[in-house]
Amino acid sequence: MSTASAGGAAASGPPVPPADTPPPGASGPSGPSSASGAPGPSGAPGKKPRSVLGTRSWVAALFLLPALALLGALVVYPIGYSVYRSFLDASGDGFAGVDNYREVFTDERIRTALKNNVIWVIVAPSVATALGLIFAVLTERVRWGTAFKIVVFMPMAISMLAAGIIFRLVYEQNPDRGVANAVWVGVHDTFKAPAPFPGAHPRDDRLLTEAGGAFTTRTVVKAGTPAVLPLVGAKPKDLKGAKTAEPPREAAGRVTGTVWRDFTRGGGGTPGVIDPGEKALKGVTVEAVRDGRTVASATSAADGTFTLPKSADGALLSLPASNFAAPYNGVDWLGPSLVTPAIIGAYVWMWAGFAMVLIAAGLASVPRELLEAARVDGANEWQVFRRVTVPLLAPVLGVVLVTLMINVLKIFDLVYIIAPGASLDNANVLALQLYQSSFGTDVNQGVGSAIAVFLLVLVLPVMLVNLRRIRKERQR
Amino acid sequence: MTTLDTAVRAKRSLPARIAGRLGGGVMRLFLIAVGLFWLTPTVGLLLSSFRDKGDIAASGWWKVFSHPAQLTTESYSTLFSNDTVMKSLLTTALITVPATVLVVLVGALAGYAFAWLDFPGRDWWFMAVVGLLVVPVQVALIPVAKLFNSLGIFESTPGVVLFHTAFGLPFAVFLLRNFFAEIPRELLEAARLDGAGELRLFLRVVLPLGGPAIASLGIFQFLWVWNDMLIALIFADSGNPPITVALQQQVRQFGDNIDILASGAFLSMAVPLAVFFAFQRQFVSGVMAGAVK
Repeated sequence: MSTASAGGAAASGPPVPPADTPPPGASGPSGPSSASGAPGPSGAPGKKPRSVLGTRSWVAALFLLPALALLGALVVYPIGYSVYRSFLDASGDGFAGVDNYREVFTDERIRTALKNNVIWVIVAPSVATALGLIFAVLTERVRWGTAFKIVVFMPMAISMLAAGIIFRLVYEQNPDRGVANAVWVGVHDTFKAPAPFPGAHPRDDRLLTEAGGAFTTRTVVKAGTPAVLPLVGAKPKDLKGAKTAEPPREAAGRVTGTVWRDFTRGGGGTPGVIDPGEKALKGVTVEAVRDGRTVASATSAADGTFTLPKSADGALLSLPASNFAAPYNGVDWLGPSLVTPAIIGAYVWMWAGFAMVLIAAGLASVPRELLEAARVDGANEWQVFRRVTVPLLAPVLGVVLVTLMINVLKIFDLVYIIAPGASLDNANVLALQLYQSSFGTDVNQGVGSAIAVFLLVLVLPVMLVNLRRIRKERQR
Repeated sequence: MTTLDTAVRAKRSLPARIAGRLGGGVMRLFLIAVGLFWLTPTVGLLLSSFRDKGDIAASGWWKVFSHPAQLTTESYSTLFSNDTVMKSLLTTALITVPATVLVVLVGALAGYAFAWLDFPGRDWWFMAVVGLLVVPVQVALIPVAKLFNSLGIFESTPGVVLFHTAFGLPFAVFLLRNFFAEIPRELLEAARLDGAGELRLFLRVVLPLGGPAIASLGIFQFLWVWNDMLIALIFADSGNPPITVALQQQVRQFGDNIDILASGAFLSMAVPLAVFFAFQRQFVSGVMAGAVK
């Protein structure tokens, strides 16, 4: 993928890498022609500061003025004001000491936000990076790797709002609508067959009695006398394509019977009798129970008939509850307990491509000879990956992880959009709480400012690492 | 390399080679599966946007594969006749374009000064700007809201533009200074000897040479601002919001508004996706250089 090679523009590499990181596929910013060439502070005192190109410093000031004015007014001053505001109370008139900070760590809702943020910062970046690494390594070996990369990288271009709407749809609870649950229920039902007729039941308890969801005949069955198991209440969609019910064929010495829907459209049928046109219930499990023990079982055929061996003679017939259980409805993805992992899933969908592209660029600069040498020495692919590729990529992996962590720390849109009102509090994160505290439902700008300062403190280490790296490059 | 290759081949036994082939097949299948998996959510939204509300409420988007007759452009008609949403697209453009141009312009001026002009404490100033790279926008929300309020530009498009410009600047300055610094000194000196003034030098030599970096920065900033919701939520005119906020206002009645949400989300994605496909290279380098925000 030509895109992975960073283009000339990124001559600087990612700005956050740890001090000793060579930026992927890019040279450091200080080329030979860089800046004035003279190291250290440029304008020596006493000497008129003039650029190599012969400019006066007031010209430089004019060039810088717009940027510095904007940064000063909208970035630097706000930092100071936020710190100041975080020590004032809700109204902004009285001094509150550290009360706002205390509230950040004691308030129930903000504690949830803190806890969720910890989960976010640990899980999301590592999952995205791990996936990115796997994708980058695998796509290197297939010819259509570029197409794959475009597919995975594409979500980065769309807004978190759009991604949020996309995933609201994916996580719909109803398996008929949400694809996540549709797949989940599909897999579940493959391993555990769904009940054939949820909700079906006898019309009354004259023939069958109910116990724990199962229906049992009142009288024992005899071989040679066909048993009738009439049910009503089967859902029309479960009866699609059902055949008409038939009385069982004679089978010498065996117990036979029919399970059917004892209901004639338009009325007129006789209860307990197989009237013409009444539908058979196919696939119902019928058990013969004697003294509380199941002695035989059979499943009704397409015409509703079933045949039990001789051992069933004189037993009670039972239709176990598994025939009528409500269908499995899947997972409540956006319910209180799963909402955060579900949203993290959406985030990983958006950002794994970012990790993949950065790692792929790093991978392109790994010397092939090293990998080949390891293979010649008899290492298998897994060992090459684990012992050679990953250690060589460690700096890039570090950059990706740190970048994603900073990004995740401030996660807001996805949570705000995906979490339904009912579980918004369970999905709470710091940036969301900050918004709510500052502009939303529970206005206390003191607390909002305290959260803002807290977020800033969390990214300070990265800021320092950035600065140290740049100073080092300057001194080279 | 070829000799090395044959040496490796020769060393690997037949079973190992068969295992390798099989592994390759499994790997391809895995990648195809992942690719489809990654596409599914977007395809789901796309197909949903072409079904009517009743169908969406009744069944999943995959039903269109068995019932292609369900496909309809009704949601889009509803969307296009919805004035709020259509106006919001214009607002988004009116925010995004100036915010992008301003960042490039102001950033390039400063980047040039940091790369080629001499003034006291230049390196310290530059470090200070770079230090601001990782400052979370959240820190500025309350103070800037207050500030804009007193300036009378709270809840207005110019306010949103200024906010985006300011927070785009550290990255812009960082990227452009580093790029401009690589311009050969002789070029600048030659232009200077030809009598070009500082401004002329900047406009005629530095800006054109900075093309690739400016493209990366511009695309990155464009997408960033176009896709933003948080800043617009606070600083944009709530009666005349950009598309992200206009759609966000509909999310609380998700089921009821699904027709507008699905088609609107797609419409809002159209521009970023077009930009993405047209300028992939620049986008990737922009992302690589600065997804820290």
